[in-house]
Amino acid sequence: MIWVDTVAQGILLGGLYALFAAGLSLVFGIMRLVNLAHGDLIVVGAYLILLLVTLLGLPPFLAALVAMPLMFALGWGLQKFLLNRTLGDDILPPLLVTFGLSIVFQNALLEGFSADSQRLPTDALTTASVAIGPLNLGVMPLLTFASAVAVIVGLNQLFYRTSLGRAFRATSDDPVTASLMGIKPASIFATATGIALIIVTIAALYLGLRANFDPNIGPARLIYAFEAVIIGGLGSLWGTLLGGIIIGVAQTVGAAINPEWQILAGHLAFLAVLLVRPRGLFPRAND
Amino acid sequence: MALLDTYGLTATYGDFQALFGVDITLGEAETIAIIGANGAGKTTLMRSISGVLRNAPGMVQFNGRDIGALAADEIMAQGVAMVPEGRKLFPSLSVEENLLIGTYGRRVSGHWSLGSVYDLFPILKDRRHSPGTALSGGQQQMVAIGRALMSNPRVLLCDEISLGLAPVVIKDIYKAVPAIKAAGASLIVVEQDIGQAMAVADRVYCMMEGRVTLTGAPDALSRDAIHDAYFGAGQ
Repeated sequence: MIWVDTVAQGILLGGLYALFAAGLSLVFGIMRLVNLAHGDLIVVGAYLILLLVTLLGLPPFLAALVAMPLMFALGWGLQKFLLNRTLGDDILPPLLVTFGLSIVFQNALLEGFSADSQRLPTDALTTASVAIGPLNLGVMPLLTFASAVAVIVGLNQLFYRTSLGRAFRATSDDPVTASLMGIKPASIFATATGIALIIVTIAALYLGLRANFDPNIGPARLIYAFEAVIIGGLGSLWGTLLGGIIIGVAQTVGAAINPEWQILAGHLAFLAVLLVRPRGLFPRAND
Repeated sequence: MALLDTYGLTATYGDFQALFGVDITLGEAETIAIIGANGAGKTTLMRSISGVLRNAPGMVQFNGRDIGALAADEIMAQGVAMVPEGRKLFPSLSVEENLLIGTYGRRVSGHWSLGSVYDLFPILKDRRHSPGTALSGGQQQMVAIGRALMSNPRVLLCDEISLGLAPVVIKDIYKAVPAIKAAGASLIVVEQDIGQAMAVADRVYCMMEGRVTLTGAPDALSRDAIHDAYFGAGQ
């Protein structure tokens, strides 16, 4: 029975990792850009929510709603004025620039908020749990997982049911021909990064509600996100959710065997999938 | 008054100069054909007019406006649409989505809509939910033409639309030209098939090594003159 509980906790934890990863997957899927500052952007989002909670006295969920348009603007501006200039045949410039951004964000946060760890204010909801059959599941992990599924469903709807989604896919296929159709690839990329940062804000909300955060935890979140994206297959959104779940389950099972094995087990699961399916579980046909 | 003109159009790829001062004129409701051997600069000319290759200001005029330095999406918004060489359908999009992408981000009015494109190429309606790239070459070419028409362009640039297609399929594709002209578009057709170009065009430009070597109405050009302009005199 304890194993069923462990796996269930792992699946729910996978929801958090999928939230970390969905924005990364979206940006990679559309413009083949690996954003090494993605983890730090999640931390920036968490501090922004914290700031809104402390300064305006907003509850965290409302603060996250207010933070979303601000984070969209940050992503849009970053892409439009900086990252678009790094895109091209050479994959090195975007890696170097986003690596540099990661350092800039970490140091700016250290300067502004110190290295002390922070947490978003919690209430009864944070510690509440519900009994589902024999399992006792936390409301917050359930909410996180539901949000991850909602984000993936929402992104799929956006991709396959809207004209913006068509433009995303067309630009991802062939930006030059897309521009012949009247699409501005630079604006499409900026909008995509803006949307990715809205998802980052949702991830930041749950990160801040569930655990402590400080300016230096970004890179580790990036690694979880990256592993989830790679396991799922680059650019596949449902694959990203599954990737998050695989890492989450591996971590909770590893921790159940020996608490020291939690992080290691996640990485081992990643390596195992990579050995068996080097292109991930759901690779895109035309990559 | 001319609808579209190029003035001394030059184009380079790095150190390699592909166009040397090309002047062409397209009149209202006119169809011109650009013919020439491989490497003559025909596709480069299309890429320059459509903005895929950026030009200096003043080299291309459309409808009295200088569009020479505009980006491809801005030129398209002005009313110059392109059917690119090799069709270039978006593999992630269905046939219908490929057509709809031609109207992205604008409200367009005019003859062409999903319905009228399906009337022009009825086979596409049956295949509208298939991935664009799952179609035969000829059907893919129909999608590429329909996609460009969806923006209701005033000028349609067709780059090698018969390339790699069977003669019977080429005939089917060219059957659409009168309807496209009737709906108000002027055409620039790049063709390697001289017979096809002569049949469809009001005027022909022959290019060689990045220059226009001959121009005139199809029935005014002798076979020898075209041969010389195509391959160079004395070949």
